[in-house]
Amino acid sequence: MSRFLLPLGIFLVIATFLAVGLGLNPREIPSPLIDRPAPVFRLPDLHAADRVVDVAELKGRVWLLNVWGTWCPNCHLEHPVLMRLASQLPDASGGIVGLNWKDNSAEARRLLMRTGNPYRQVAVDQAGHAAIDWGVYGAPETFVVDASGTVRYKFIGPLSDAIVAEEIMPLVSRLMAPVQG
Amino acid sequence: MVRRRSGTGLCSLALSIGLLLATAAIANVDPARFEDPERAARYAVLIKELRCLVCQNQNLADSNAELAQDLRHQVSSMIKDGKSDAQIVEFMVQRYGDFVLYRPPFKAKTLVLWLGPALLLLVAILVGWRALQRGRVSADLSAPDPGREKARRLLDAGDEKGGPPC
Repeated sequence: MSRFLLPLGIFLVIATFLAVGLGLNPREIPSPLIDRPAPVFRLPDLHAADRVVDVAELKGRVWLLNVWGTWCPNCHLEHPVLMRLASQLPDASGGIVGLNWKDNSAEARRLLMRTGNPYRQVAVDQAGHAAIDWGVYGAPETFVVDASGTVRYKFIGPLSDAIVAEEIMPLVSRLMAPVQG
Repeated sequence: MVRRRSGTGLCSLALSIGLLLATAAIANVDPARFEDPERAARYAVLIKELRCLVCQNQNLADSNAELAQDLRHQVSSMIKDGKSDAQIVEFMVQRYGDFVLYRPPFKAKTLVLWLGPALLLLVAILVGWRALQRGRVSADLSAPDPGREKARRLLDAGDEKGGPPC
């Protein structure tokens, strides 16, 4: 009996590891930014080159950062979800701040004009320095920052309505509760 | 026939050389320029140690992804600013986590990663040794074995008859 138990045990251990490994997405790298202060940036506004988007001004509000570009197919896929998310976010929040990453600004403006703009503000990161500070390595990526300016959540890849309903909105409500109360 | 074979041989040789040159060209998309050879050497080592996060199984030196170019630029400008290797690695780890390092640091979270293979080897040696021991015991000829006794009796009987044993 024990002759079969040992190989069976080894098989089960290996099978478990493989099953877990298959379920993991190698692109979802844990962000060291979670529970750490959000990196600040001051970058030109996509819609008015003479204005700046300064995320330090968002302190005291819950806000989201969404990294996108017109060159990124998954961002197009995510766009309608962002539109619905933007309409659900309370006015008291800082809304979604867009980080237009290494993109052609004219094309980015045209796209938002045509398909709708889910962002309260869009910062232009032509050099990619802000993206590096945020540990961005692909687009889209979405962060949730709390009122104290701490990063609380990161999502890699295109958001879905399910993720918004099950993770983002409950988190935003929870983070905003002490602000409202 | 021979001519054709050598022809394809020449062709594949040319192709291999072409591919080799092509990879060399890709690897040197934007070589950072350093006056100081010591800094150039540090740059070369650093971009080999840092992972390109877009293509994951390539380091910054090998990758042509845009992010890798930006990160290479970041490394070269930090070297030019006089930052130490440790400071540059710390900068990357703060932003991208340990995953950015091709050689992950030894700490509680990576204990299994570092010690796992040695532990598995130890278990394998133990199991192998026990199996060998068991084999030796069963092959021990001094132990009384009724089957062997019977075989010897049969063999002895055959000898008495004078015929071949088998």
